[in-house]
Amino acid sequence: MCTSIVEIAQIEGSGKAERGWIALTTSVVSYDHPHHAEYEEAISIDFMNVDLDPGARVAVEISLESAKAFSEALRRAIKAAEALNKAA
Amino acid sequence: MHYEGMIAETLSIAGDKGEPISAYVARPLGPGPFPGIVLIHHAPGWDEWYRETTRKFAHHGYAAISHNLYHRAGEGSSDDVAAKVRASGGVPDAQVVGDTEGAVAWLRAQPYHNGKVGAIGTCSGGRHTFLFACKTKSIDAAADLWGGRVVMSKEELTEKQPVAAIEFTKDLSCPLLGLFGNDDKNPPPAQVDLHEAELKKHGKHYEFHRYDGAGHGFFYYDRPMYRQEQAVDGWKKVFAFFATHLKK
Repeated sequence: MCTSIVEIAQIEGSGKAERGWIALTTSVVSYDHPHHAEYEEAISIDFMNVDLDPGARVAVEISLESAKAFSEALRRAIKAAEALNKAA
Repeated sequence: MHYEGMIAETLSIAGDKGEPISAYVARPLGPGPFPGIVLIHHAPGWDEWYRETTRKFAHHGYAAISHNLYHRAGEGSSDDVAAKVRASGGVPDAQVVGDTEGAVAWLRAQPYHNGKVGAIGTCSGGRHTFLFACKTKSIDAAADLWGGRVVMSKEELTEKQPVAAIEFTKDLSCPLLGLFGNDDKNPPPAQVDLHEAELKKHGKHYEFHRYDGAGHGFFYYDRPMYRQEQAVDGWKKVFAFFATHLKK
C-alpha cells in the first residue's frame, strides 16, 4: 500500500453492501496491495457512502487485466446507453 | 519449567493534541523492567497482523503498543476503515507524529518499563517510523521496513504529506534499521540508494539490509508477497537491532 495511485470520483446511485442497499457518494479506484485477492497488486474499486460508517462500502479487488476488460465493457455500455438516449 | 505468560488488551490513550485513540498493548507477565516498542501500522490498517506482531514483541520480552492511527475514521473491520481513510486522502503526517508521541508517553508511564523505546513500522508505517525518528527525540531506535514514499517528488506532496521524509534525514535522532526487498516497486532500490546516501551524508547511525528475491511486504505470511527465507532472516535482524539498542 505504498503506491500513490488513487483516483476518487463523486457518484450517485446505490450499492449493495453487507448490510443491504446503501446510497453511494464516492468511488475510489486504486492500484495497490489487495486485502483478499491473491495478487501482489490489484485494482481495488470501492463504492462508498463516506457520510456513513466504514462498513458502508462495496469493495472489489481485481487483476489489472480484469480491470482493463471491465473498463472496456463499461465504456461500451456507456456508449450504447448514450446512443440510445440520443435516439429517444 | 520456566513459566511464560503475557497480557494483551485494547485500551484508550491520549493521541495527537490529547485526543483519545485506541491502542492494542501486549507485555510479558511479571514486574519487568521491559523495553518498549511502538508499532506504527501500515496503510492496510490497524489489522490482525499488527496485533499478532505486537504479541510477538511481548513474546520476545518487550512491552509493546500498536496505536490506531485510523481511530478517527470510525469503528469497523480494518479493511473497511482503511478504505475510508484512503478515500479521505490518508492521515496527516503531523497527526501521526502526535499520535505516536502519545503511544511513547503511555509506554514511558508504565511501572514495568525500562526507560528505552523503539519504534517499528512496515509500508507507510515504515515511512512514518522514519519521520517520527526525525521529527522527535522521543525514541532510542527505529526500524523502517520497506517504507515507501520516503522519497517523494514535488508533485506527490499533499496538504497531509507536505514534505518528503528524506528532507528530515539530518534530524534523525536515533539508530535506524532498514529492511528492503530488491524487487520492491515502492520503494524501488534507486530510492533506497538515495535514502542511504542521505544518511551517509549526515553521518547517521544506520544499517540497511536488502534482500534479493523479495519485494514489498515480504513478512506478510498471509499474502502472496511472503518470502519465508528472507522474512526469517529479517526478523533476526529486527530483534538483534532492538536488543542492542533497547536491552543494554
